[in-house]
Amino acid sequence: MTKASVVNDLVVRFANVNGTGSASANGFFSKAIFRMGIPVSPKNIFPSNIQGLPTWYEVRINENGYLGRRDDIDLLVGVNPHSLSQDIASVRSGGYFVYDSSKKLHGEFLREDIHYIGIPMMQLCMDNFEAPRQQQLFKNIVYVGALAALLDIEMEVIQGIIREQFARKEKLIPPNFLALDLGYQYARNHFECPLPIRVERRDKLGDQILIEGNAATALGALYAGATVAPWYPITPSTSVVKAFEDYAKKLRVDPETGQKKYAVIQAEDELAAMGMVIGATWNGARAFTATSGPGVSLMSEFIGLAYFAEIPVVLVNVQRGGPSTGMPTRTQQPDIFSSAYASHGDTKHVLLFPSTPAECFELTAEAFDLADRLQTPVILMSDLDLGMNDHLSPPLKWDDNRRYDRGKVYTAEDLEQIERYGRYLDIDGDGICYRTIPATHPTKGSFFTRGTSRNEYAQYTENGEVYVRIVDRINKKWETAKELVPPPVRYSDQHRSAEGVIFFGTSTYSALEAIDLLEQEGIVLDALRIRALPFNREVLDFIEQHERVFVIEQNRDAQFRSLLVNELEVSPKQLIKVLNYDGFPITADAIMTQIKSHLSVKTNGIR
Amino acid sequence: MTYIKPKFRHPGLPKNTLGYSRADYEGAISTLCAGCGHDSISGSIVQACYEMSIEPHRLAKVSGIGCSSKTPTYFLENSHGFNSVHGRMPSVTTGANMANRDLIYLGVSGDGDSASIGMGQFCHVIRRNINMTYIVMNNGCYGLTKGQDSATTDFGSVSKGGSKGLYQSIDLIGLALELGATFVARSFSGDKTQLIPLIKAAMSHPGFALLDVLSPCVTFNNNVGSTKSYDYVRDHIEATSVLDFVPEEEEITVSYPEGGSASVTLHDGSQLLLHKLSPHWDPTDRHSAVNRLQQAKKQGEILTGLLYIDPQSQDLHDIMGTYSKPLNSLQEEDLCPGSATLEKINASFR
Repeated sequence: MTKASVVNDLVVRFANVNGTGSASANGFFSKAIFRMGIPVSPKNIFPSNIQGLPTWYEVRINENGYLGRRDDIDLLVGVNPHSLSQDIASVRSGGYFVYDSSKKLHGEFLREDIHYIGIPMMQLCMDNFEAPRQQQLFKNIVYVGALAALLDIEMEVIQGIIREQFARKEKLIPPNFLALDLGYQYARNHFECPLPIRVERRDKLGDQILIEGNAATALGALYAGATVAPWYPITPSTSVVKAFEDYAKKLRVDPETGQKKYAVIQAEDELAAMGMVIGATWNGARAFTATSGPGVSLMSEFIGLAYFAEIPVVLVNVQRGGPSTGMPTRTQQPDIFSSAYASHGDTKHVLLFPSTPAECFELTAEAFDLADRLQTPVILMSDLDLGMNDHLSPPLKWDDNRRYDRGKVYTAEDLEQIERYGRYLDIDGDGICYRTIPATHPTKGSFFTRGTSRNEYAQYTENGEVYVRIVDRINKKWETAKELVPPPVRYSDQHRSAEGVIFFGTSTYSALEAIDLLEQEGIVLDALRIRALPFNREVLDFIEQHERVFVIEQNRDAQFRSLLVNELEVSPKQLIKVLNYDGFPITADAIMTQIKSHLSVKTNGIR
Repeated sequence: MTYIKPKFRHPGLPKNTLGYSRADYEGAISTLCAGCGHDSISGSIVQACYEMSIEPHRLAKVSGIGCSSKTPTYFLENSHGFNSVHGRMPSVTTGANMANRDLIYLGVSGDGDSASIGMGQFCHVIRRNINMTYIVMNNGCYGLTKGQDSATTDFGSVSKGGSKGLYQSIDLIGLALELGATFVARSFSGDKTQLIPLIKAAMSHPGFALLDVLSPCVTFNNNVGSTKSYDYVRDHIEATSVLDFVPEEEEITVSYPEGGSASVTLHDGSQLLLHKLSPHWDPTDRHSAVNRLQQAKKQGEILTGLLYIDPQSQDLHDIMGTYSKPLNSLQEEDLCPGSATLEKINASFR
């Protein structure tokens, strides 16, 4: 086997048992790579379980910044006896399998084409630690130490991370250091270190941060002034409101009285959570909730009310695999339809598609302004991959001069100037009417909010003409929204190719990698990343400028492609599906293979 | 259709301390059936708010779906109203209350809206002790869809079509007591002398106040054999007490014979004077209220009046320690931690 060294380009996978304390050890590993200035992307692949089932942690390290998921595993740390055979099989030919050699590996697990690196993790811990719980926990640190030797990770960096982690429990630092050193020394003494695949310090990250999308979303809501956060637990959205509350406890408590300038309520279900959001925003506060696909289904009736009664709503949908309970701990983008057209009757909603934690922050804050401005639900379409995994991201930014856009709200002074207030009068011609908040004025501006048809003065009516006037006026807001939502991102100014690629959200990472790799093979593609529904003119232009457009997304039915067809009235033949829906984030490989299969058909047929 | 009433007010009409006449608390003309119990309840709400000199714009009325939930259009037209989703009035009111703790919240629901589709929200809003008055206009049937049985239709109660109720009925009062409600009362739409002071007391109570008001459906459930008809209710009603609500500033002028009366002082200083009609029952003791209710049930009585009140009630804002100013009044200065703090947060992720 060759000894040519591969630096800063590898995938390391950890195979653990859920609930054994491996998560923090694995986190130390990723953080150490990050602190060595090398682009890194860790992903949790976890079961719907708290303790006992297999769980994986996969880390892609790539100097060029390609951080989408990659299939070939260069090194696997296998400490879960129950997934051993599957784990060993997943290592690429010529790769490395690091295992606990306290017990001899059974013959059936031996492969000719990979390297075995046995570290007696349990034995080292038994010899050096007394308490059984410690023996178990430090096993994880032992393998981190061994990896430091094998991959050439700077020990001082890991030690620094451990020191920070246990700053408040200092007595845990020495045993952690001991465990780290046990692994490090054992690997050094028994194997040729470092391996031909290794890392090396770089300065590639600038001021970037390593953060989960859900934490960034929570901070976006906090900075945008959300005060009421009702919610119901559901993976993978739970950590959004959890993080909101954690930060609010630090940043939103009145120093004098200890009173909270926020209200987090765990609701009895998603219906109630959405009802509370609607009640709070109707009453003039900024409110939001976070959920996943099943929650959106439950909220749908209420979302239709908010749409028709024109009440601002911010909903975070951290998507996961469906339908039904589906794959609750695996990623997908399968709620495009159910979110875009949530509820009965003619409804359609503003969707925002973040692809990085920084965008989770920005677009969540933007969602509040858009919801207030347009007086309608706005749904932030995140997913499990983005929400629950650490991602490299530009730092979160806030302009202190920024003011909240609360949209068209009449004050008491405004109402004094008005002869007769009509809640649903379109005075400005943009489809958006002026609302009033309860208790604004003693005798003016009150109105009755209802989900039934009503006239411009909010009075109940079943007159068909009036109904049409009202729903057409609401539709006008959709046109207005096109100018307000974030525009798409174009990756090259030139019209370089007859073929284009459209993608959104977390497919971005692998899409950009695939486009680069295809270009190296001589296949040039123009690229557009969409960030919002409704689609604006730029999206239509892009499609019209290309003969064929590949639409990359992570669901079975190519829902986003159908959305483009439906909303822009473009030919379905022009849009080609590029899909992945196995619960794992899409890879550049999968994208390239699918795109190339279409290109070769064309080549064969025409040229 | 919503009918608009003429705005003309006779200058000689009596006015309350705010200078409003009773008509200022009215709403649009009702579109419910003539003789509907719900209209009497609307009238009692108007009278209670007028007498208490409530500023109409400081009250928010929220309802679900059904005949009962239509009524907020028919009272307090200077208040913001919200006719929301079937069975979901509690969550909408909870959100509204969280946004502004300073308003009076009046939730209106029916037996279908609360005891069937909205049962979950009914239970959970009680647990949270949201500061609101929750009126159930209870007619034991689905009026708006032409008279189907509801979850409060008693077992064996005969419908207009002649069929008997097949299931056990849900007693919202008993359930509320069980769930820890801090103000529990039952009344009858036809008994304004009892209902009006109960509404006043409920609105003064700092926490969740349930008023289950029997309100016969003249069209679909007022027949012989129905346990929610005017005749049946009148025949079986058993009042626990005669109640007077005395606002803080007023002198107490009513007096009852010693021994049979109880006085409860509310947070805002107003008082409830209860002339107990049944002995061995203490309205501030949940256990005795539950017992009294069970006893009445056994005897086939419909127990009315204030059954239970917790004078120490703390609403959810107090329990959670929310800011004393309404959350909807806070601006950037209070809400946005600013860029310098964000820089520190960024640093914690490096």
